Amino acid sequence: MFLGKGEPGNAMVSVNTREEMYEAMVTARHYEERLQEEYLEGKQPAFDISAGPIPGELHLAAGHEAAAAGVCAHLRPEDTVTATHRPHHVAIAKGVDLERMTAEIFGRRTGLCKGKGGHMHLFDPDVNFACSGIIAQGSPPAVGAALAAKKRGTTDVAVSYLGEGAISQGGFLESLNLASVHDLPVVFVVEDNDWAISMPKARVTDVESGAQRAKGFDMPGVRVDYDDAVAVYEAARDAIERARAGNGPSLVEVQVHRRMGHFMGDAEGYRPTEDIERAKRLDSIERLAEDLRSEGVTDDELAEITDRAHQRVEAAIEWAKDQPEPDPDEAFDDVFVTPPRAQVVPDGGGDRGIVDAVDVPPGSDDDIGGEDR
Amino acid sequence: MTQQVATGRELTMSRAMVEAIAHEMRENEEVFYMGEDVADYGGIFDSTQDLLEEFGHDRIMDVPISETAYIGAAVGAAQAGMRPIAELMFVDFFGVCMDQIYNQMAKNTYMSGGAVNVPMVLTTAVGGGYNDAGQHSQTLYGTFAHLPGMKVVVPSNAYDAKGLMHAAIRDDDPVVYMFHKRLMGIGWMPAPEGPKTEVPEEAYTIPFGDAAVRREGTDATVVTLGLHVHRALEAAEGLADDGIEAEVIDLRTLVPFDTETVVESVKKTGRLVVVDEDYRSFGLSGEVVARVAEHALDDLESVQRLAIPDVPIPYARPLEDAINPQTADIAEAVRTVTK
Repeated sequence: MFLGKGEPGNAMVSVNTREEMYEAMVTARHYEERLQEEYLEGKQPAFDISAGPIPGELHLAAGHEAAAAGVCAHLRPEDTVTATHRPHHVAIAKGVDLERMTAEIFGRRTGLCKGKGGHMHLFDPDVNFACSGIIAQGSPPAVGAALAAKKRGTTDVAVSYLGEGAISQGGFLESLNLASVHDLPVVFVVEDNDWAISMPKARVTDVESGAQRAKGFDMPGVRVDYDDAVAVYEAARDAIERARAGNGPSLVEVQVHRRMGHFMGDAEGYRPTEDIERAKRLDSIERLAEDLRSEGVTDDELAEITDRAHQRVEAAIEWAKDQPEPDPDEAFDDVFVTPPRAQVVPDGGGDRGIVDAVDVPPGSDDDIGGEDR
Repeated sequence: MTQQVATGRELTMSRAMVEAIAHEMRENEEVFYMGEDVADYGGIFDSTQDLLEEFGHDRIMDVPISETAYIGAAVGAAQAGMRPIAELMFVDFFGVCMDQIYNQMAKNTYMSGGAVNVPMVLTTAVGGGYNDAGQHSQTLYGTFAHLPGMKVVVPSNAYDAKGLMHAAIRDDDPVVYMFHKRLMGIGWMPAPEGPKTEVPEEAYTIPFGDAAVRREGTDATVVTLGLHVHRALEAAEGLADDGIEAEVIDLRTLVPFDTETVVESVKKTGRLVVVDEDYRSFGLSGEVVARVAEHALDDLESVQRLAIPDVPIPYARPLEDAINPQTADIAEAVRTVTK
């Protein structure tokens, strides 16, 4: 049984594993802070969401890192993770190619999705990572990955991330039931950052802990009440061991903190100042650093990890910004694996978007199933 | 032409929409608003800005992220005689709650033989042009207009936003009110020139089924709606410099559809350009061309359609610009039909 760097069945979490989690977390934190800077370029003094090198919405996960590192430390590339609209920290912890992910966020041709998906829609099949911009809609595909693992007799597992705002969504609740009734190897990880955009938890659910959702579906549900990466690691170990052993799904809720707005540009006028300050004060990275210091790791060693993480982030951003933008005609690629044979898109007045009909009989040597363009 | 009363008071489209909602809520205690982030936030796209202060959480209700439940609850409350307004934050999210919309809200009047009716408004934000990719940039105009039982309105400016909202709330049928994000005048998403108009302070309605001729012309008819009304008008101004006079029609409501205004214009110009921000095939643009063909085939010399060319909306700027009809594309289409 594979358990990341941790020893099977050993409640102690090795210093080495903690250092690896620390590196994933500082990488993710620096990544978000640097993306924030890049995003705001061209958007000042007047904020225009469509301006600058990173357009569109940007949901940053600073303050969520422990939920990513503590769970993904148990995963291997064959395991599937579906993340949310706030996906970067999970992607980093899962081992998604940082350069190609960054190029995607900058809308470049060499990005993970050739510039078609953007930051909420990152797909990296090399490490079985995907995310979706629709609340809770990553849960059913995670159940599907778990179903495939079970049918094929592998020990792979799936992890579905979602926010506490998503625990009242049908797609999630239906997924809990399907996973439970078929004993599928899937772990649902709820990142509770207290806020569904502007809606505080108390106004949208009467349960204090999202882990209570598990009860109605006869599966284990635990909550890690403070975002301590080591505590998350231990809770996730139980859930993932259970899944790998073929004993079915679990639900793990982790308290995290939203250090930035829901999206860049969110002035958070609805949020009490003390709550924002509290989120900044309760820093899971600082907590883990303290923990490592108490284990004898020196400040120099921590600084070395941080420097390495920062350099990796800088290199990815530099590489991404150097990549070409997609050619406009590429907008027409990838709708289908096998495009309709005679697809004609008249130009509608422009000289773009012309897809010529190609008259190739199906099944002939020339019918290679490629783009008819 | 729209009857625009000079008031000297200009509002953004969002302020005009909110003004109508507030007026109706003051007049009728049965009107209330439900949606995600509509109370303290004031609507992600300012659709309910400041309403919480006047009406409180009982009538401006933040709801869980449970669209099936709260949109279905609006159907039930409407059938009980109330006048709920439910907001679907992005129209793209219809996928998680469509049964309540198209099987319940839209059909209950008919399937009950008129025994019940569903006097609710479903407000929703539509449109792209700011690189939000395939799950947050669609208009889906044709999807909603296609399914019977819903009235569908699409304001393109503040004056219409207010009048259409008054009419929507007072209507005894379910009305889908689709507001384009780019037109709202949100601080972080600048609107083009045009949607901010003079708006009377008093209540007024714009009847459903009346398209507006935004610009008169003799050489070609451009039929469009929403954001692209403004792109079409900009294109028409450029064309006028070259002696081409395009007539620009803003549909304003899709259900009911003002066939007469469109057909009369094409009878005059003989050339039709349809500009739509929805997918090209099996949708709005084809519907417009079909209606013209049914009623004025002999007058129709040339047709062009501009729409999203049957691809999901891509993220990267050059890709999205390539598939969302631009002002220059509209001008070129008009030149093509007038050649």
